[in-house]
Amino acid sequence: MALIIELPHVGESVVEGTIGKWLKKPGDQIERYDPLVEIVTDKVTMEMPSPVSGVLSRIIAEEGETIPMGAPIAEFETDDPLPPSDKKISSEPEATPPPVGTTGYLVKNVAPVGPTGGGPDGEPVISDTPTTTPINNDSPVVSKREQPNSQRLSPAVRRLAQENNVDVSAIHGTGVGGRITRDDVMASISTPQTTPTSNPADSEDTILKITPIRKMIAEAMVRSVSQIPHAWSTIETDVSSLVIVRSTHRKAFIEKESVELTYLPFIIKMVVESLRENPTLNATWGGDTIILKNRINIGVAMAGPEGLIVPVIKDADRLSIVGLAHAVSDLTFKVKNRKLSVEDVQEGTFTVNNTGVLGSISSQPIINYPQAAILTTEAIQKKPVVIGDGIAIRSIMNICMSFDHRINDGAESSTFLQSIKRRIESINLDTPVY
Amino acid sequence: MAVISVIEAVRSAMQEEMRRDKSVFVLGEDVGKRGGVFLSTQGLIDEFGESRVIDTPLAEASIMGIALGAAFKGMRPIPEVQFSDFVWPSINQLVGEAARARYGSNGQLTVPMVVRIPYGGGIRGGLYHSQNVESFFFHVPGLKVVSPGTPYDAKGLLKSAIRDDNLIIFLEHKKSYRLVRGEVPEEEYTIPIGPADVKRQGSNITVVSYGLMLHHCLEAAELLSQEDVDVEVVDLRTLRPLDTETIINSVKKTGKILIVHEDNLTGGVGAEIAAIVADQAFEYLDGPISRLCGPDIPTMPFAQSLEDAYLPNTDKVAAALRELAQY
Amino acid sequence: MTQPRSGSKNRSARSSSSRKASDAGLPKGISAEDLIDYYKRMVLVRTIDERIWMMNRQGKVPIAASSQGHEATQLGSLLAAEKDGDCFLFTYYRDLAVKMAAGLTPAQVMKSFMGKEGDPYSNGRQFPLQGADLEHKIIQLSNVVAAGLTQAVGYALASRMQGENTVSIVYFGDGASSQGETHEAMNFAGVHKLPVIFLCENNHYAISVPQKSQMAITDIANRAEGYGLAGVVVDGMDIIEVYEATREAISHARNQGPVLLEMKLERFMPHTTDDDDKRYRPAEEVDNIRQRDPVITMGQYMTQQGFLDPEQIDEISKEATASINNATDEGEEAPLPDPSTIFDYLFKD
Repeated sequence: MALIIELPHVGESVVEGTIGKWLKKPGDQIERYDPLVEIVTDKVTMEMPSPVSGVLSRIIAEEGETIPMGAPIAEFETDDPLPPSDKKISSEPEATPPPVGTTGYLVKNVAPVGPTGGGPDGEPVISDTPTTTPINNDSPVVSKREQPNSQRLSPAVRRLAQENNVDVSAIHGTGVGGRITRDDVMASISTPQTTPTSNPADSEDTILKITPIRKMIAEAMVRSVSQIPHAWSTIETDVSSLVIVRSTHRKAFIEKESVELTYLPFIIKMVVESLRENPTLNATWGGDTIILKNRINIGVAMAGPEGLIVPVIKDADRLSIVGLAHAVSDLTFKVKNRKLSVEDVQEGTFTVNNTGVLGSISSQPIINYPQAAILTTEAIQKKPVVIGDGIAIRSIMNICMSFDHRINDGAESSTFLQSIKRRIESINLDTPVY
Repeated sequence: MAVISVIEAVRSAMQEEMRRDKSVFVLGEDVGKRGGVFLSTQGLIDEFGESRVIDTPLAEASIMGIALGAAFKGMRPIPEVQFSDFVWPSINQLVGEAARARYGSNGQLTVPMVVRIPYGGGIRGGLYHSQNVESFFFHVPGLKVVSPGTPYDAKGLLKSAIRDDNLIIFLEHKKSYRLVRGEVPEEEYTIPIGPADVKRQGSNITVVSYGLMLHHCLEAAELLSQEDVDVEVVDLRTLRPLDTETIINSVKKTGKILIVHEDNLTGGVGAEIAAIVADQAFEYLDGPISRLCGPDIPTMPFAQSLEDAYLPNTDKVAAALRELAQY
Repeated sequence: MTQPRSGSKNRSARSSSSRKASDAGLPKGISAEDLIDYYKRMVLVRTIDERIWMMNRQGKVPIAASSQGHEATQLGSLLAAEKDGDCFLFTYYRDLAVKMAAGLTPAQVMKSFMGKEGDPYSNGRQFPLQGADLEHKIIQLSNVVAAGLTQAVGYALASRMQGENTVSIVYFGDGASSQGETHEAMNFAGVHKLPVIFLCENNHYAISVPQKSQMAITDIANRAEGYGLAGVVVDGMDIIEVYEATREAISHARNQGPVLLEMKLERFMPHTTDDDDKRYRPAEEVDNIRQRDPVITMGQYMTQQGFLDPEQIDEISKEATASINNATDEGEEAPLPDPSTIFDYLFKD
């Protein structure tokens, strides 16, 4: 009977492979374990052995073709069952690499040298195959320490108390077993605290438990604000033409594309084109370098069921306005229905947030670490403006941007914003939507 | 009870065990006819013959490898390193092979082997007849390290070591061979490997030591008792495994600990004891954990003034104890 | 047949005058069934060797050293040891053929190479087939080169002290013959005339270092005289000659004194799966030595002597493949050793 052979999973985080060289041809009688085909991944080249015995009836993936793991590569005529496939491990999200610096970092998912030397041709032989047993992180070394006695004062406490004339008997100990810690002594001395990590609640206050998402958001915000020096800039754009264009196209769009046409795809399109011209706004701080990101992946801030979430449109510069509309719609759907995957929220290089939908006319957003900037579109308001010597009523939309002042100065950020403004104001009925 | 020296105690232990068990045999350079350069094996070849007291060629690595192979076949070898300074060529067979044999064979192999090593200085031995090598073995999982300081302990521990089914590094301080004498019972006795021995009870301050330095600590304790400082002297006897319980109990009692050893300061046995005390007796310390050790130079030099400058002695121990007591 | 002489006055060690594969009839002490059994073992060993390398390329076996090219020496000597019945073996890291043919199942070998529970040598604590297999009278504690020679001598010393007749056979390579301990071991064995066979598998390379950089002489067996041993040069690619030379050496070692057997043979594969021999070995050289494949040579011997016919040869090959396929599956399914055992067997209580 006919059996389809698939490209096997060869390691964590390796999602696709390219067919290097077929080592057998259709019609060949093949034994299980015979080398069948060479597979090239971004980490390593390997020879895939045949999982079954039989006749190779046809090749499905040709030499040079790149296919995802699990895609069919060949058809066999065989009575053998397929052996159980290797456990598929969902690829771990590759964390945004930290800035390199002289300390460097640990490369993941590349095989180290072998136990007795480097592999042939100096290449790693194979990336780590997924282990099926989780690593046991329990330390085998058990300290035989006793529980601390709450009455005892450590040398550090004694010294501090003595130096600062503190009566330790009045201090409430927060250490293990009620022990007075050095920090407890410090707290009772009237000197400014360094970083308050929590504030006490009175008995009448209501305490809300926080979700893990809220905790994550909190940590992300603190990290961004404490590590990135934020600067801000705001411009006004005249979106009168854009309003007309959108309302003109809207009905036909819904009928043809089954998707709502909002202002957001237009904005994103213009942002993306401006990013191309101003690459330092699509960058990240590298410690002693500025890393210009090659791809333009636009994060779109959305209100998720449990809090702020920023799904990412990958390679947004390759999409037309219609394409962007679909992308936004897809992500919105996924957010609402909790169908976002880890890849959907990774690798953003610039973030856009439509604060205007809730009525905001000015914002100072917090940058999505470790990006170079974040941009908001504020509410569109009809306003009287001076044109020439007269006054007209125009639709005005503020655009606010927070940016990492290490990477860009006011000049670059203004240039960027001006180019966006120019593009938005040039949108007319001739602007191609597809 | 008879009063004998450390060398007599060592010889007596080997003789008794070789009578008791035919699989025990001795091998090393000059151990046969000459009776060993310190006479530790004197008389054994006459009683047991040259098949059980073997004069080996001058090749330290092979002495240990051959002993190990014999141990695999069920013998109980006692290979001797003539001086600790010459143990280095054997390190592969001892640390790389023998210490890993049982673990690396998942329990199939047994290594009932006692490696006797005269060590230590104060005999004008210079850089190559005075070395302290204990910390190198102290660090190795899979073996035991024993260093007695008295004839009583030497005999009892060596007998236990020979009966033990594991690899034991038995360190004999060569200056103690003739200079330390003590009572040893006529009857059969052994001392278990592991437990330390509190040689002097005290309540103000603990001093921990082993080997020849033990006696300087005992003398210093005597001096300090006349100054109203009550010193407790803990003789480790076994270095690995350390008798942590005895050490910690003593520190809990006194609150102050001084560790004295002839070996270099950095990375010596004292460093490990300090870490253990800081971890397990943190709350009981009333003074900093202190060490008085050989300075970090490659062993004590040959000239008298330089050797004296290197070695801890009774007065230096007493001074260190005084300082800690006053903290 | 002449007996090997120890303390030979000749400069050059004696070449083995044992029978060759081309001689008709059976070697002494061997039946046709023995030879068929050994041929099967040889095919099985070669098949698993090739499979293990393939699995290394898939990331399932971290490290392997091949015995391809060494099979005649390893199995010929093992056959002599088994027939004698009172030998103890100290092996080195290239002795896959000896260790498997001594009595391990293919599944046990696979588990060892994959670091799984059920590895007979160390239960996954060591490199493959390293530790001990006391059931089959083999010890190889480490892969520190030449560390086993003094241990083998000590084992023989103990054997004599216990009034037994066990002969220690210690295997090592041409590189190991340079280590100081090798000379210390031979020296001691010679002084005490211990029942030891020093079996050198001279494949002319120590990883990448060729013999001419390793030593000033051509025949390692010539060193025997310097230690009072008997030294013999043997064609290590001929299983019958190896068997005969080892059989004679066992007798000599037991009754007269230690023997240094130098097996001249070839290493077909790189040093280990981490090595790339294209960096130091010409491709033509590797192609040439493969013409003398001991598995093919023995197969030809078996058909020429009429012990097997070509259909049976083919059948043996198929059975070996099926057996290794099953072993591979069993190895894949075997569990990993339990981390809670990590402190076991430090000491014997």
